[in-house]
Amino acid sequence: MTESRTARIFLRLGAGATLAFIYFPLVVIAIYAFNENISQTWPIEHYTTKWFSVAWNNPDVRDALLLSVKAALGATAIALVLGMLAGLAVSRSRFFGRETISFLVILPIALPGIITGLALQATILNVLDPIGISFSIWTIVIGHATFCIVVLYNNAVARMRRVSEHLDEASMDLGADSWQTFRFVTFPQLRTALLAGALLAFALSFDEVVVTIFTSGAQQTLPIWIFTNFARPRELPVVNVVALFVIVASIIPVWIAQRLAGGSGLTSERPTPRSVAAVIDAEP
Amino acid sequence: MTSIADVEPPPRHGLGRRLSTFFVRHSHLRLAALLALPLGWLLVIYLGSLFLLLLASFWSIGGILGTDIVHSWNLDNYKTLFQEPVYRNVAFRTISMAALVTIADAVLAFPIAYYMARVASPHTRNLLVVAVLTPLWASYLVKAYSWRTILGEEGVLNWLLAPFGLSGPGYSQTGLWLAFTYLWLPFMILPIYAGLERIPGSLLEASADLGGKSLRTFWKVTLPLAFPAVVAGSIFTFSLTLGDYILPGLISNEQFIGTVIYNDRGSNLPVAAAFAMVPIAVMTVYLWGAKRLGAFENL
Amino acid sequence: MIGRNVRVVRWAAFGLLVGALSVVAAGCGGGGSSSSSASTQIEGLGSSLDEIKANAKNEGQVNLVIWAGYADKSWADTFRQQTGCVVHTKDGASSDDMVDLMSTGAYDGVSASGDATLRLIAKGDVAPVNFDLIPNYADVYEGLKGRSYNTVDGVGYGVPHGRGPNLMVWSNKAISPDSDSWAPIWPGTDYKGKLSIYDNQIFIADAALYLKATQPDLNITNPYELDDDQFNAAIDLLKQQRPNIGEYWDGVTYAKQVTSFKSGEAVVGTTWPYQVNLMKAEKPPLDVTAKVPKEGTTGWSDTWMIASKAAHPNCMYLWMNYIISPEANAKVAEYFGEAPSNSKACAFTANKNHCADYYADVESYWSKIYFWNTPQADCGDDRGDVCKTYEDWRSAWTELRG
Repeated sequence: MTESRTARIFLRLGAGATLAFIYFPLVVIAIYAFNENISQTWPIEHYTTKWFSVAWNNPDVRDALLLSVKAALGATAIALVLGMLAGLAVSRSRFFGRETISFLVILPIALPGIITGLALQATILNVLDPIGISFSIWTIVIGHATFCIVVLYNNAVARMRRVSEHLDEASMDLGADSWQTFRFVTFPQLRTALLAGALLAFALSFDEVVVTIFTSGAQQTLPIWIFTNFARPRELPVVNVVALFVIVASIIPVWIAQRLAGGSGLTSERPTPRSVAAVIDAEP
Repeated sequence: MTSIADVEPPPRHGLGRRLSTFFVRHSHLRLAALLALPLGWLLVIYLGSLFLLLLASFWSIGGILGTDIVHSWNLDNYKTLFQEPVYRNVAFRTISMAALVTIADAVLAFPIAYYMARVASPHTRNLLVVAVLTPLWASYLVKAYSWRTILGEEGVLNWLLAPFGLSGPGYSQTGLWLAFTYLWLPFMILPIYAGLERIPGSLLEASADLGGKSLRTFWKVTLPLAFPAVVAGSIFTFSLTLGDYILPGLISNEQFIGTVIYNDRGSNLPVAAAFAMVPIAVMTVYLWGAKRLGAFENL
Repeated sequence: MIGRNVRVVRWAAFGLLVGALSVVAAGCGGGGSSSSSASTQIEGLGSSLDEIKANAKNEGQVNLVIWAGYADKSWADTFRQQTGCVVHTKDGASSDDMVDLMSTGAYDGVSASGDATLRLIAKGDVAPVNFDLIPNYADVYEGLKGRSYNTVDGVGYGVPHGRGPNLMVWSNKAISPDSDSWAPIWPGTDYKGKLSIYDNQIFIADAALYLKATQPDLNITNPYELDDDQFNAAIDLLKQQRPNIGEYWDGVTYAKQVTSFKSGEAVVGTTWPYQVNLMKAEKPPLDVTAKVPKEGTTGWSDTWMIASKAAHPNCMYLWMNYIISPEANAKVAEYFGEAPSNSKACAFTANKNHCADYYADVESYWSKIYFWNTPQADCGDDRGDVCKTYEDWRSAWTELRG
């Protein structure tokens, strides 16, 4: 370690302060989930757990949760396929438009959501609606998949950079065709990166609200349910409970993603013993 | 799971083999086949939609009640953007806020990212990554509304600062800046962390061997190497602030690009579309600059 | 090798671009507004009450755009039990918001104010109503039937929901409860940073109304029919007021007005009776007064309208009939704080004086309340077509907000 002791102390303090800053509002939300009073004043006078059962018994909440999960799964699946295909294309060929592809793929997530949403809504109303695709889970999925592609794409490209081209050639020299090479050599190495990316894409889709407002019509995903209800004084306690549930429930997939990708967590850049072994031994 | 040793190469003249050989021989067609789906999706669905928006910016509204969208090509909307000072002011205000938020996030993110990447033990590192990632899931809306409660006159922030005789910024631009900084912080921490992790330890050791103290090494070696990662993170903090319309509505009284577009989208879509070209242009330039600085490798 | 790759990708991209442009061209062709059809027929709507009730059970839901508080659980749940239609609602921030939401075609109905109704009708987003299929319409006050804001060429486009005035609200600690003028919210008084104002261009009408009383030489007769001089005067007044405004609220963020008055960040402003009810329901109740000042006020008279492409038209017809039924109309009138539209609702209000307090039957009272309306170029009098349009109002408000 090359950092001096003072540097390390400073860093530890800085990290701690930043973590406290990050979690402070979440702790406040968690506390308010137990607030008996409807209005959110501070300090809280009475605590209760009744809002948890109210939230559970609310059919709109359950429906919204289900819709969010289904839409996120659909968007992740599409983004997975598209991102992987694009990633494979870009990392295995040298062609002039490579940088443009990266640019194009990142554009949906780099442009502000209101613009993506407004543009997509115009398309849904003027192009998709006339041909029969009206606001449905599919319009939500289309919107989400578009900005989730980049996550899978980046992970695929980053992982493919570590995988030698020669492995593919060796596989084919040994008699496998392209599909077998993909199935037994390329894909196993991509797997964990894609899974980590898929989890992140799921998270992005699950929490997205701005683009969804424009692409969902009258349907309610969980963020839209929250958006519709957090301004309604009587519903606020239930919203706090739902928020707390989402935070707590999400720790699990995040932890899994972290374990899968190993090392840096998202982009799996650093070679871990596992990924090195995967390169050497292409056995699934 | 089938072991590789048990797999037979497919028959020489089977369809699968023939297709596979074809694509190996014509690798450019393989490239096209791989790219067709993703590129098609992005071009048709995404760029096509943006193009529709661009077209709408050249139209105008008509009819007695202004309810028709007249497809007559004109530059009136852009003239309005340039002539009316409000659009300039709103754009300036939004871009400045985006820049300030980005700087604040970079400063706040760096210590924890550095700690996670280079100082923490692997076990702590995993915990910290989970700890930083989890708030990403905590619903942007709830965090936004919680800041409204926190910044309120009788909110938590004032309650905390009262013993020191201070008071919080309240519902002002400063409060808004604070809330934005908070919301996008994880998006900055993660790329910086990934970028710092990639720096070989040997480089830092070499710098120390050559006599560089911590601060000097940091300034001359670490920071320049991590800079592309900072730019990568800034793409998100900048663009998210640039287009947000929900938080400004909750915490400030000022109009931002997002709020103007959102408010005008129904009554005068052409003007809203024209104004939407401003953040598109800004982000395109920003992305191009970020690419030049190597940020795309750090996403 | 590289050359071929480049060429292939270029051709592929070109091909896809052509595809994209043809998609766009299809979108172009479909743009613009559809002509409004004067037919009450909506796809899927039953032709008799029994058919409607049966169809509604299959539909199972109705999606509404509403003003906050118009479809509270206590009567929405009763509706569901009676008809099998679950009520889903979206609060509209303003009439602009409502018009835009309805233009997506995703909602079945809307509770529209006068600054939304005419535009909805012009865009063809709402369909005329067959009053034969709405039995409770017979009991609606005559003064609410066939109004210019929801009837075009003799064709009725919705059922009246109720009506009410926009109120001035103030904290009794800052202003005496006996005060009766709008003056505190206008320039020249000392409430800088403490004003709570409605965030939409329709507020220009309130400025015009104040000028009607304080600057009679402007000859303002109707705050929605403003020619150049009158309009510019109103905008000037608003510009002077702008620095004093502490917060803006709308149909979605109305709750922040309640917390602001509670914490003292706002002491005076415009409001709806709904927020006043919320303030009084706080524990302890807020010490505020809300009334119609002597200079007069704007207000609203809302109409339930059905989308021309409603996915659940049968449930929507049942809702329109239900919300103006005596029991439900009484509940919403009290909950929100407005005058009901059904004359029989007065017998069902919890507060027996509700109808009297809210002048439910007093047409002369309502002739002095300037309901939200859609400004048009045609002034409606001998000035001709010189009045400011809705678009003028919108762009002026955007510039005013800064």
